[in-house]
Amino acid sequence: MSPMPASYLWLIPLLPFAGFLINGTLGRRLPRAAVSAVALLFTAAPAALVAWLCATMRAAGELTMSSNAGPWIQVTGFQADFAFTVDHLTLVMLGVVTGVGFIIHIYSVGYMAEEEGYWRFFAYLNLFMFFMSVLVLAESFLLLFVGWEGVGLASYLLIGFYFRKTSAANAGKKAFIVNRIGDFGFLLAMFLLVAHFGSLNFTQIFATVGQHPEWQGARFLTAIALLLVLGAAGKSAQIPLYVWLPDAMEGPTPVSALIHAATMVTAGIYMVARCHTLFDRSPLALAVVACIGAATAIFAASIGMVQHDIKRVLAYSTVSQLGYMFMACGVGAYAAGIFHLLTHAFFKALLFLAAGSVIHALGGEQDLRRMGGLRTRTPITFWTMSAGVFAIAGIPPFAGFFSKDEILYRTFTSPSPLHIVLWMVGLITAGMTSFYMFRLWFKTFFGPAYFDEQRNLHDHGAAMYLQSGTHAVMVADHDEGHAAHERGAHESPWIMLFPLIILAILSVVGGFVGAPSFLFGHDEIGRFLDPVFASGAAPAAASASHGLEALLAAISVLIAALGYYIAYVFYYKKPEMAAALADRHKAAYALLSHKYWVDEFYSNFLVLPLLMFTRGILELIFERGVVNGSARAAGMGTRGFAWFARKQISGNIRSYAGWLAIGAAAVLAVMIFGRSLWVRS
Amino acid sequence: MVPTSYYLILAAMLFSIGIAAFLIKRNVITIFISIELMLNAVNLTFVAFAHMWHQVSGQIFVFFVMVVAAAEAAVGLAIIISIFRTRQTLNVDEIDLMKL
Repeated sequence: MSPMPASYLWLIPLLPFAGFLINGTLGRRLPRAAVSAVALLFTAAPAALVAWLCATMRAAGELTMSSNAGPWIQVTGFQADFAFTVDHLTLVMLGVVTGVGFIIHIYSVGYMAEEEGYWRFFAYLNLFMFFMSVLVLAESFLLLFVGWEGVGLASYLLIGFYFRKTSAANAGKKAFIVNRIGDFGFLLAMFLLVAHFGSLNFTQIFATVGQHPEWQGARFLTAIALLLVLGAAGKSAQIPLYVWLPDAMEGPTPVSALIHAATMVTAGIYMVARCHTLFDRSPLALAVVACIGAATAIFAASIGMVQHDIKRVLAYSTVSQLGYMFMACGVGAYAAGIFHLLTHAFFKALLFLAAGSVIHALGGEQDLRRMGGLRTRTPITFWTMSAGVFAIAGIPPFAGFFSKDEILYRTFTSPSPLHIVLWMVGLITAGMTSFYMFRLWFKTFFGPAYFDEQRNLHDHGAAMYLQSGTHAVMVADHDEGHAAHERGAHESPWIMLFPLIILAILSVVGGFVGAPSFLFGHDEIGRFLDPVFASGAAPAAASASHGLEALLAAISVLIAALGYYIAYVFYYKKPEMAAALADRHKAAYALLSHKYWVDEFYSNFLVLPLLMFTRGILELIFERGVVNGSARAAGMGTRGFAWFARKQISGNIRSYAGWLAIGAAAVLAVMIFGRSLWVRS
Repeated sequence: MVPTSYYLILAAMLFSIGIAAFLIKRNVITIFISIELMLNAVNLTFVAFAHMWHQVSGQIFVFFVMVVAAAEAAVGLAIIISIFRTRQTLNVDEIDLMKL
């Protein structure tokens, strides 16, 4: 195999961009088949390129490959280039982005088949692929920021894809604005970097940091790292900026799978891992990352336990799992975080796509309470989703078990003073994760088939018409395109099932790339990423014995099994028990089901005062008073003067002559007497 | 030897008479004559100063003014004749076509 020329790197982002241009400009006139062909072709090609790149780099034993297309900004003392670079971290990310991205593109062809704006959807999706590739390939903070903002734009466009629905449009705006807060931190961090390093290039900055051992814990490094954390928290939906992600579920389900589970939301983790040289130098920033991650993980998991919308459960689960990755980065186990990112991309994309298949099967229904008994109706969806559920719950030997276990182990053995607390939080979160995922699983696939019952009632009794009538309205409201399915629950077409099967296989076996040695693995992914992370202060050298690792793994499996058992009892064996428990602890249940009232808190204490300030002071006083007032005053003044001046045009020659004479006399007077006014002699 | 100031005072008087006539009179022809009067008052100051400083440039200036005044008189009289033909009047108060 011939080695891949470095300039081919540019094809990876530019091909999807070409797809975006074609579908974006001509898509309206093209038939659907052509639109999907373009979209698939221009995402399959980069995936193949990445596979080739990976193979050639492994064969040649190269660690990095770069391509510089010349300067972008060039001023004295500062230069930013259009430069891409690939190292092993980028390779993993590229693999996820192009591979999972391509699979989800295939699925979308089936899922969106009946939607309006088909071409628009694929144009946006390709645009997203372009920006995401730029983000992971970028060799400088500036180019990374271009991708960072670009994926935000694509996310906004796709969340608001059903723009006729107010809630979808609002969710898009919310995502965009909340991300703006994070981007503000990112921008400030870049300013600080330019001020201190005079550069935004990764290699240059990290090399400089490496040359100054005395900067350990330096204040400016901590400031930069904390501001970067703010940016990452916005993009990766961490406390306090996580609120946009659950709302982002208003978008079509493939979008939730691709952007809001597998790729874009992991950009924050990627960025932290990429800048690990900075973070390693700032113990405070690392501790903040770990605490934010742990808090987010348990917080979102607890909310996820009581949600009723299938996609919202998955959304909170995503937030929680991202918290896990953050926690891993925070204890210096970057490789474990990236490993979890990889497996999470597989099983969470799978879960979302399977959930999409369920929603599709039920004609747009998303409420878990109206599901049930789908195991026999949609067998392939059931089996594939089961793989995803077992993977995320951490049941061995599914993928999630290995990555989650790696994170817990690294947390436990990390030198951080908080390591036991963090580990406990992670463990409890693992139990919660297992519980809410199996809750979803039981509610969707087991028990009585609620949906069909409703349909039958609808057919038989006029007395029941009202009830199911309102239900039908809800369904139609949820997802217009799928309301067309009037027959009962049915399996999805093969073009949707095929990606599910691939992702299910990956969710089952994907974990073995990081299997620890005590389970006969070689931790391939850890070694693969070693060249990237080895330069930093490595986490506590694995001094702990295999025994400890195995013990911790056993504990986490036990916890996962406990979560399974509770879900089994509550939602399969004795469904009335869950309701009784919720009844007994009304306050706690309300706290969880209202998501700790965080949205209400934000809107009342942040958004409302801001709105009152802008409406009351900025709009009324400043805009209407000062801005509009000054414009109006200028207009009135001009008019008044014009009225006066017009009066002088009398048409009477002698009055003109009179004015002329007076003017001449005035000039003369100034010439004769005026000198003494300004010249003192 | 007549002092220069005499010439200047005479010129000022002529100029003031010209202005006064210009402002008071309504007949276009009279106004025209008063403009000529003012021009000649200025010419007189030119000549007076030229004499005083022993410079020819002032006198040359006067020739230019005369030439331009002759041209202006020709154009002005033509305009006056054409106005009189169309409006049958020479009263400036009635010639206010360009009023807004």
